[in-house]
Amino acid sequence: MKNRLKVLRAERDWTQAQLASALDVSRQTINAIEKGKFDPSLPLAFKAARLFNMAIEDIFQDEID
Amino acid sequence: MTNVDKTANEYKNRNCKNNKNLINWTAGWVVSIMVVAFAPKYVWAFNTLLSITAVVVSLAVGFGMLLANRRYLRGLDEMQQKIQFDAMGLSLGVGLVVGLSYELLEDIKLITFQPEIAHLVIIMCFTYMAGIIAGHRKFQ
Repeated sequence: MKNRLKVLRAERDWTQAQLASALDVSRQTINAIEKGKFDPSLPLAFKAARLFNMAIEDIFQDEID
Repeated sequence: MTNVDKTANEYKNRNCKNNKNLINWTAGWVVSIMVVAFAPKYVWAFNTLLSITAVVVSLAVGFGMLLANRRYLRGLDEMQQKIQFDAMGLSLGVGLVVGLSYELLEDIKLITFQPEIAHLVIIMCFTYMAGIIAGHRKFQ
């Protein structure tokens, strides 16, 4: 699964630690999601979508497409 | 940025607190096991009432440790929980397979000493630690 988390975070000038705090996860988890090594659960993906005020599919995309 | 700043360090603080709580309960349990193992012989000369009390206290502290561990695991985020879950699964599997084979070694006369449960616990601890390290490397 691809995601635009790194780009969206950079646009807001947030650090991984700040984003991790906002999503109530560890910085390592944000790093793994950004690198595509870990796919977040649906609740966490929705939480990220709410934080960025975007639709979930605008942040996370299936790589099969 | 308000939303980001407001929740700063909440995850870290919660896990730090849960971690300290788990360490305290684990230390208490280890001490209670030491009391059960050595005190009847060296302190109260196998007094039945005191020995039963020590065992009951040790079980209660052990149960407290389990609850603290559950709280610690629930406080982790989903990736950290997955790392823990995989490591525990590996440890349990290796413990079962190696433990049963190890127990048979004496029966089939491949070893001359009595297999000890402590050896199995050590193997499970090392497997668990290896699983945690492998999990962190995998998602690094």
